[in-house]
Amino acid sequence: MSDNNINQEKPALTPLERQYILLTQNGLPIIEKPYHHIAEQMAISVEQVLALTNDMLTRGIIRRIAAVPNHYKLGYQYNGMTVWDVDDEQAEKFGDAVGRLPFVSHCYLRPRHLPHWNYNLFAMVHGKTPQAIDKYRGQIKELLKEVLVSRNNDSSQQITTQSNDMLTSTEILKKTGLRLKR
Amino acid sequence: MDNATITKNEKICHEVAELSALDKSLINLLQHGLPVCERPFEQIANELGSSEAEVIQHLKELKESRVLSRFGPMFDAVYLGGAFTLAALAVPDEDFAKVTEQVNSFEQIAHNYRRTHRFNMWFVIATEEADEIEKVILAIEEKTGLSVLNTPKLKEFYVGLYLPV
Repeated sequence: MSDNNINQEKPALTPLERQYILLTQNGLPIIEKPYHHIAEQMAISVEQVLALTNDMLTRGIIRRIAAVPNHYKLGYQYNGMTVWDVDDEQAEKFGDAVGRLPFVSHCYLRPRHLPHWNYNLFAMVHGKTPQAIDKYRGQIKELLKEVLVSRNNDSSQQITTQSNDMLTSTEILKKTGLRLKR
Repeated sequence: MDNATITKNEKICHEVAELSALDKSLINLLQHGLPVCERPFEQIANELGSSEAEVIQHLKELKESRVLSRFGPMFDAVYLGGAFTLAALAVPDEDFAKVTEQVNSFEQIAHNYRRTHRFNMWFVIATEEADEIEKVILAIEEKTGLSVLNTPKLKEFYVGLYLPV
């Protein structure tokens, strides 16, 4: 697949942007005037902080400014990493559609490693019951039904290759945050 | 096997939080985003027929009780610097505890989950420099004697996740 996203080159940040990230990556202060607080620490005006925020939003450096609930505490106790073997020609278009489903929290194209791993589209789904995540998997399958690859044409292969699967997590083995270091 | 050396080994089992009507409205509204203005909580309060002080109080409590795992700007990970990949191992059941310890011992392992598949261990490797990813993968292979399935992202799609309460 030729895709320049493969090279994750590090985009340059201005010193102000870097300072803004360092100050807010653990969260926005929950006080009456949060941007004034940031402005004080950056020694710039609140108007400049708001302009910088909007600019970083527009350029996608900030995805959004929002609350991220702990899905377990809201009763969304079940998650499934659904994985799909999607026709390469169609993968970008259909991946985009899968990402827009409201129950999908992450959606990526990743490389296959044949014959061990034939899935190239990953979508994480969250639900309150095992039935819910099964249903969501079904909805994604319906969306992708025309573009799933069928690989059962090699009779020498003992293993049948599925077009999709769902891996549920049974244990958290380690979890730490991702942070800008300097 | 000494479990104390495993960084974190909590089973997935969490209590569901009890939430007030205002908490639920805040969670539903703020998943979509916070307005960018001088007094965003006042604006939210107006939308919900509440007061700025009450909104702030409830949000603080939601953050402290970790019903909200984050509140604020969400940065594209690429701009936070460093490199990431998702990788997996197919670990024989009898070796699972040992391999967990071996993999988690690398500081570059950010998340690690046990999952239902022949590839039953899935982890995120996060490094400062891109070329360090490959070194960590080789070191994990050497330490565990297993081959790593490396699935770095080729493309990330926008997600519209919304968890209504």
